[in-house]
Amino acid sequence: MSERGAAAGDERVRRLLMRGLDGELPAEEREELERLLSLDVSVRAEWDRLVRLKEVTDTMKLQQPSDEVWKDYWGSVYVRLERGIGWILLSVGAIVLVSYGLWMGAQELIADTEMPLYLKAAILATTVGVVVLLVSVVREKLFLGSRERYKDVER
Amino acid sequence: MERDLAAEHGVSDHVLVLKAQAGDREAFGELVTRYMRRAYYAALGLTGSHDDALDLSQEAFVRAYRARASLDPDRPFYPWLYQIVRRLCFNLQRDRRTRRRRMEEATPWLQDQAGARAAASDPARSAERSELRGRLELAIDKLPEREREVLVLKEFEGLRYREIAELLGIPIGTVMSRLYTARRNLAEILGDVL
Repeated sequence: MSERGAAAGDERVRRLLMRGLDGELPAEEREELERLLSLDVSVRAEWDRLVRLKEVTDTMKLQQPSDEVWKDYWGSVYVRLERGIGWILLSVGAIVLVSYGLWMGAQELIADTEMPLYLKAAILATTVGVVVLLVSVVREKLFLGSRERYKDVER
Repeated sequence: MERDLAAEHGVSDHVLVLKAQAGDREAFGELVTRYMRRAYYAALGLTGSHDDALDLSQEAFVRAYRARASLDPDRPFYPWLYQIVRRLCFNLQRDRRTRRRRMEEATPWLQDQAGARAAASDPARSAERSELRGRLELAIDKLPEREREVLVLKEFEGLRYREIAELLGIPIGTVMSRLYTARRNLAEILGDVL
């Protein structure tokens, strides 16, 4: 386009071309477009190219899915909604159970006087690591995802 | 457009949104049924994949339901839903680019009406049209997401400039500028067949 002349690069001309192409041009501006097309060779060439492109896109439409897709659509959304609630309940239940198990385990570990200290430290490190990872994943799923969902939608 | 659908279905989106906000899943189901096609086709135009379009449009409804408390019932439902759909689609596209997944592997997402008519009578022309469709799909996939979005809304969803501007929350002039750039880029890529 850059080599096709200065006039065709003008913002107003671009908008005239678009509205003319899409049939959204009022009568008075259509005359202006026609005058421009007859006077400027570069704009004419750009117009012709865009018209050819429009002829191609006009023959295309989005693929239609089978009717089954629409029949099952709401059912699939509903299942997702239910599963979401299921995951939340499962996560909360698992957190409570795991926390209780860890608390009991820690008490036994502290009470065990025969186990070497380094082994206790290793068990403690492994347990804390697993808990940190678990909490991180759950936090990401439940809180971060919902909080960031719309805030940086680009317009 | 929302008003047309409301008139057609009897109950307005406003009422359905209020009911959905109160936890009425049937009302939300009515909203899903009302807008599933638009959401699906919007996602199809943005992703170029049936599977992704189905998955992301359904996911958008799930997220809309979870976030329903934040929706103002006095504002139209679909533009709000569309923001969720486009965000999901753009995220997927960015993820795809980072993983360098190629669109050539995807199934066709455009349907060539002229090619369908030619298929029975002229196989050679049909093959030519099929190639053109494939090249157009690839060319659209190469467009930046904002240009692609405006092009799809205009060419394949048939929205007017004003409707696109309202949906995207941008001035009409920006719609025309993006559309021009998209078409110019498409014409460059398809140069030898135009």
